[in-house]
Amino acid sequence: MSRKMKHITWKDYRHSTKIIKCEKCKQELVQKDLAKNNFVCPKCGKYNKLPARVRIAELANKGSFKEFWPDVTTVNPINFPTYEEKYAAAQDKSGESDGVVTGTCRIGKVKVAIFVMEPKFMMASMGSVVGDKITALFEYATKKKLPVIGFTASGGARMQEGMVSLMQMAKVSGAVQYHSQAGLLYTVCCTDPTTGGITASFAMLGDIIIAEPEATIGFAGRRVVEQVTGETLPDDFQSSEFQFEKGFVDAIVKREDMRDYLVNLLKLHSGRR
Amino acid sequence: MSAYDRIKLARDINRPTAKKYIDVIIDDFMEFHGDRAFADDHAIIGGIGWLDNTAVTVIGIEKGTDMESKQFRGFGSALPEGYRKAQRLMFQAEKFKRPIICFVDTQGAACGSGAEQRGVGQSIADNLAKMMTIKVPIITIIIGEGGSGGALGLAVADEVWMLENSYYSVIAPESCASILYKDPERKDEAAESLHLFAENLLELGIIEKIIAEPENFTDADATEEFLLKLKEDLIRNIKRLSSKRVGQLLAARYEKFRKVGRYKEIG
Ligand SMILES: [Zn+2]
Repeated sequence: MSRKMKHITWKDYRHSTKIIKCEKCKQELVQKDLAKNNFVCPKCGKYNKLPARVRIAELANKGSFKEFWPDVTTVNPINFPTYEEKYAAAQDKSGESDGVVTGTCRIGKVKVAIFVMEPKFMMASMGSVVGDKITALFEYATKKKLPVIGFTASGGARMQEGMVSLMQMAKVSGAVQYHSQAGLLYTVCCTDPTTGGITASFAMLGDIIIAEPEATIGFAGRRVVEQVTGETLPDDFQSSEFQFEKGFVDAIVKREDMRDYLVNLLKLHSGRR
Repeated sequence: MSAYDRIKLARDINRPTAKKYIDVIIDDFMEFHGDRAFADDHAIIGGIGWLDNTAVTVIGIEKGTDMESKQFRGFGSALPEGYRKAQRLMFQAEKFKRPIICFVDTQGAACGSGAEQRGVGQSIADNLAKMMTIKVPIITIIIGEGGSGGALGLAVADEVWMLENSYYSVIAPESCASILYKDPERKDEAAESLHLFAENLLELGIIEKIIAEPENFTDADATEEFLLKLKEDLIRNIKRLSSKRVGQLLAARYEKFRKVGRYKEIG
């Protein structure tokens, strides 16, 4: 667990001729074609998972992103069996040291603190590293009076870190609360999937909560709910559109509109037109 | 005793439930109802009463004791309106400067389409954030099961205590075994690996205190004696926490959660 990461960048994806399959319709696609289309499947329109660094490259003003704590990694806090093997495999697959990328950047005229969860890393489940980096980012933003923009994509708490991972929910939520009490803006965008302990903490604590289309956003997993209750749930259960209708999401924003949306939102909170 | 045998002990039908704790420890308890938006959740009991000579706010997750009451209580799995009722009562506690005591006993928050539609995740999230800055002392006691986010939703406290044979876990051992080993029967292994018992969590700095249990909760006298001893413990510690300045109390509460987590820099 102690190798420097070789990050996979936006450029790598844009040049990759690797054949991959759409997450939904399983259509075979060339990686670079999907990348040039914002990772939206040209056949079925499914929002395939957007790697964290690609998202930042597309949102931040060019060259403005400064990464914080890029090489933080777990120490297997409860010595959970098989965790270290899985962790190393996730690092290889994602090119990331753990499940979130954090830093500062400019979006339009406004400097922001930003975190983007990396779904390719163990479903961006939250253990010590994810919890600590996001907490530290909120603390930094509170100190420097910066708004926070966050993108969630996570299966929830990372069970291999046991209760240490559950505590991260309280820790991040506390840091969000102090940032909020300082009168600062936190906008969170829920992307596919945002579930479990992430929904039950910082994904639902934004002043403004937005979502990408057709993402899964919920607490208990759909299959678990069906198993426990014997109910058959509608197709759109826990979709972004469902959460929008139920009043938990302010707006559904398409990928191609995301930067403009954030530019406007940040400007309206900056006091300067 | 195997790890899973201890899980069974935490779920044992003879363990006193939250209501019993309130009956014995709190005098003149007055229960209040409803979240003022949707409904009253019967899984969460909330109200005020005397802890010795101090007015306190008490919130407990109640599982019920027989089939009828278990059903009425939603088997101790709280709905979003339950967490919202709890938050409403906690803000009242802050307003009237009453310390808060929470009794937690749940396999997890309610699981169902209603709970999802009304934002069970959001209701827990909001409690985590708000409890961090509520300006009165909070003590949470895990008396049986501490099931994940459903338990944490009442456990952002200055001190978290656990009964000797309770557990507090990010995931039920059965579910962990299903996901990890594709075999729910490996629940003993999962229970062992999850470090979910009081002594594990004391060592990790996640809880502050382990409460010794009587030999057997079917012994009514021993149970009564145990509850009265716990009451003395609460009186002493509420007094101690109440003597702190608010700034000091909140800083310590934040720091307690802040320090949980282990990681290192690569290189
Ligand atoms: Zn497709």
